Amino acid sequence: MSEPAKVCDGQGCDNPAVVQLTQVVDNKSTTQYLCKKCARAKGISAQPPSSLDVSDFLAQLGESGSSGSESGTEPCSFCAMTFDDFRESGRLGCSHCYTSFEPRVRRLLSRIHGAGQHAGKVYLPPDPSSAELDRRIAGLRRSLQHAIEAEDFERAAVLRDLIRDHEAAQT
Amino acid sequence: MTEDYFLIPDFGLDWLDAGGPEADIVLSTRVRLARNLQGHRYVCRASAGDREIVFRTVARAVNRGALPPDTALMRMNELGRRTQQILLERRLVSSELIGEAAPDSGVGVAVSSGNAVSVMINEEDHLRLQCLMSGLRLMEGWNRVDKLDEELGGLLQLAYHHEFGFLTSCPTNVGTGLRASALLHLPGLVLTKEIERALRGITQVGLTTRGLYGEGSEFVGNFFQISNQTTLGQGEEDLLDHLNRVVATVITKEREARQVLTRDAGAITEDKIWRAYGLLRYARALDYVELMNLLSGVRLGVSLKLLPSPPVYWLNRIMIFSQAAHLAEAAGRTLSTQERLAHRAQYVRQALRGESGSTTTDPGV
Repeated sequence: MSEPAKVCDGQGCDNPAVVQLTQVVDNKSTTQYLCKKCARAKGISAQPPSSLDVSDFLAQLGESGSSGSESGTEPCSFCAMTFDDFRESGRLGCSHCYTSFEPRVRRLLSRIHGAGQHAGKVYLPPDPSSAELDRRIAGLRRSLQHAIEAEDFERAAVLRDLIRDHEAAQT
Repeated sequence: MTEDYFLIPDFGLDWLDAGGPEADIVLSTRVRLARNLQGHRYVCRASAGDREIVFRTVARAVNRGALPPDTALMRMNELGRRTQQILLERRLVSSELIGEAAPDSGVGVAVSSGNAVSVMINEEDHLRLQCLMSGLRLMEGWNRVDKLDEELGGLLQLAYHHEFGFLTSCPTNVGTGLRASALLHLPGLVLTKEIERALRGITQVGLTTRGLYGEGSEFVGNFFQISNQTTLGQGEEDLLDHLNRVVATVITKEREARQVLTRDAGAITEDKIWRAYGLLRYARALDYVELMNLLSGVRLGVSLKLLPSPPVYWLNRIMIFSQAAHLAEAAGRTLSTQERLAHRAQYVRQALRGESGSTTTDPGV
């Protein structure tokens, strides 16, 4: 059975609480139950990130296209998308947009994903440089380790062959 | 020529066979990767000419063997409306690819039915690779889609950034571009009123729940799709591991809830299940939501062995073949709303009667 709903601890507020806020100040722990509105007033997001609201994220971050002091306010040189266009649609127009709006994109990614550095598969383009090969091999080794730990020996064998092929290509 | 593939009754439907692990609870596993081609505008900024170039570039890679030999490559604007809808109902394309707002040219899908993999071309991203399989098989799905990605990536220059990973039109997909999901049937948690708590828990550990048809769709027939939410900062295996662990926990909770139901409310549960079966067996008009809710009861009954039949595989087929476009295809014409309800009820009656042995009618025919 579900727990009975708690009422918001905000002053004069009777809304149902959706956030449990526990704070430790001077070794003393206090817990408050807050509704969405009161939580927002305290600067706390009551909603976990959803894949639908990139525009909301940008609004929360105060990211607008007209704050001219920061780099990345010019339209993208490849697809001519402006940051305001992106704010409106939540979609970037091309790969260059990531560098055109880099500081803002980096902040946004960190907010959405809680991380900024790719830790997955390393892409090897059709005509790779030596540095790209190195990164790829390091990525494959991570996957190999994972496959061994998971006792997925079929996959481990495939990854081992791939690593061997790339190492041969390097020399 | 492409429409000939629909003469194959099970085209793209291997995932219905209920042959995967935990298939009585997990209808399907889907693993998809979002990819874009370097040097081309993304679909939201692309002209018809841009889309055409991307489509042809991908088609060349498909023809050079990037996808398995049985692959069917289809352009959406060469398919009739009903065929497009059938692809949607079989979960081989998304509504973005065929809906009102979809581009009118340069979009399509390549499907290898035998390998359970497909690639949408010029959906939100240039490429959406997917593997759809029965039961809970996240790692196997990943291995298959990764293999496809390797083949395509070896022939096409993909958009990739050493810090941000694979670049996508929506920043919520950037990094791995991986969205993996399991579609679970959770009537036990719904009936014991534990579902809210379970969904809250799933959200708290960084995963997302959606309805049967993905983003924006409602929860129907006690089906819940659980998927990863973030795509950057963790490797594919770690993302899949986490999802797998959470789904396994939800399955355990669902089985416990079913035990509680049979122990504490056995007679009521059995009555509900047989009523659902009876309605499906004799109804003369069924809307899809009602059908899904009744099927949910029957599915639970089969899983608890309170109903001797039909097999889960059969229920999966009924779910797909009783959708609007499939019914229209079977009737050979467009159906009015009232006709559709009647055709659906008739189809379900035949399917269940056929299953019980009095005829040999296959629900897909």
